[in-house]
Amino acid sequence: MILDFSVIWENLPQFLHGVRVTLQLLLISLAVGFVWSVPLALMRVSGSPWLNLPAWFYTYVIRGTPMLVQLFLIYYGVAQFEAVRASLFWPWLSDATFCACLAFAINTSGYTAEIIAGCLKTTPPGEIEAARAAGMSRLQMYRRILLPSALRRALPQYSNEVVMMLHATSMASLVTLADITGVARTISAQYFLPFEAYLTAGAFYLVLTFLLLQLFKAAERRWLAHLRPQRR
Amino acid sequence: MSGGYWLTIVEGSWLTLSLALCSMALAVVLGLAGAGARLSPLRPLAWLGEAYATVIRGIPELVMILLVYFGGQDLVNRAAALIGHEDYVDIDPFAAGVATLGFIFGAYLSETFRGAFLSIPKGQAEAGFAYGMSRWQVFRRILWPETVRLSIPGIANNWLVLIKSTALVSVLGLPDIMFHAKQAGDATRQPFTYLLLAGVLYLAITSVSLLALRVIEKRFSLGVREVRL
Repeated sequence: MILDFSVIWENLPQFLHGVRVTLQLLLISLAVGFVWSVPLALMRVSGSPWLNLPAWFYTYVIRGTPMLVQLFLIYYGVAQFEAVRASLFWPWLSDATFCACLAFAINTSGYTAEIIAGCLKTTPPGEIEAARAAGMSRLQMYRRILLPSALRRALPQYSNEVVMMLHATSMASLVTLADITGVARTISAQYFLPFEAYLTAGAFYLVLTFLLLQLFKAAERRWLAHLRPQRR
Repeated sequence: MSGGYWLTIVEGSWLTLSLALCSMALAVVLGLAGAGARLSPLRPLAWLGEAYATVIRGIPELVMILLVYFGGQDLVNRAAALIGHEDYVDIDPFAAGVATLGFIFGAYLSETFRGAFLSIPKGQAEAGFAYGMSRWQVFRRILWPETVRLSIPGIANNWLVLIKSTALVSVLGLPDIMFHAKQAGDATRQPFTYLLLAGVLYLAITSVSLLALRVIEKRFSLGVREVRL
């Protein structure tokens, strides 16, 4: 047998810790990115070019450049400026976890904003007419009808984005963090077993991806039940 | 920003582009093979295609790249030592990058091709049979051109994602845009400037791709009515 998994087995606690780091990065960046993406999406569907264009530019640039560039710009790049290093934010901006979360959140907000904007644009006209007929103000209409409806319909696409983000968090290992990939890199270097280490990392991601997809399936059953074909 | 570094980064875009193009070519071949396997009536073949698409899409690109390059090299050498081969076998990073990205995006494209094939209205093939065409003729004259047309949006999307994924191959030491930008930034202590330049180059490549893909999509959809909502 040319494969040796005993070392991996011994280092399983490290991998499990890596899973925790990966999930933490994922949850924080998704939460921040989501909160940021809703106003962006509203700007994207606005008729005013003053709101629409900046949001369009933001999502275009974010979606047109590799996340690795964005991550390195924040982690390695901003240190170039004396003003940043002297500023109040430096303790945060020199922290790899903060930079990774920030870069991931900015990245996912760009994609998520486009998903939500797309769903807002495809709101069935009847829903809007009904809201108007009931005498709702614009704000009420957005809060009660448009956003809940669009966010529900965004679920299937958003699940793809979440899986993409799970995979993207592996880049955190390139800025020294010990997520699943980071642990695999360390073990691979320590014991010189790159194949087993990366294969194990891959297996962990595969399981996490599968679990996330199950979670979203359940969420869709719950929140998109009204759009499923009726079965008698 | 001195001229020398600036030039190396721009030169790196050739490597980025050739890496992306070679990977895409491999991905299209693997994607067609994968879609063919998944649509096949042969159970084991369909199962194999399904496993390929599912497993690859569940693993991050970076991990796949590290697994194939470092893991693959390690495995090849262990196997070589086992059969009594003494020399150390090196894997070419460019070949490893193309193989990995092609393999990954082949899985995504198999989904695109399969979806395109399945969304062709049944009546079209039936009409072909009614004209007395053979199965092969129906495939070549009707199903294949329709599959190509319907796959273009999916191919376009995957191409854009692929270009951005090539940046990851810089961790193997391949001198692409990203690699040169990082090096120049470290050498001059101006990482922001050079990484920003890298970002602008990637944005330029994706923007040109977007425009080109729009033209291609129009070209392949000639004679198809556009639906306006």
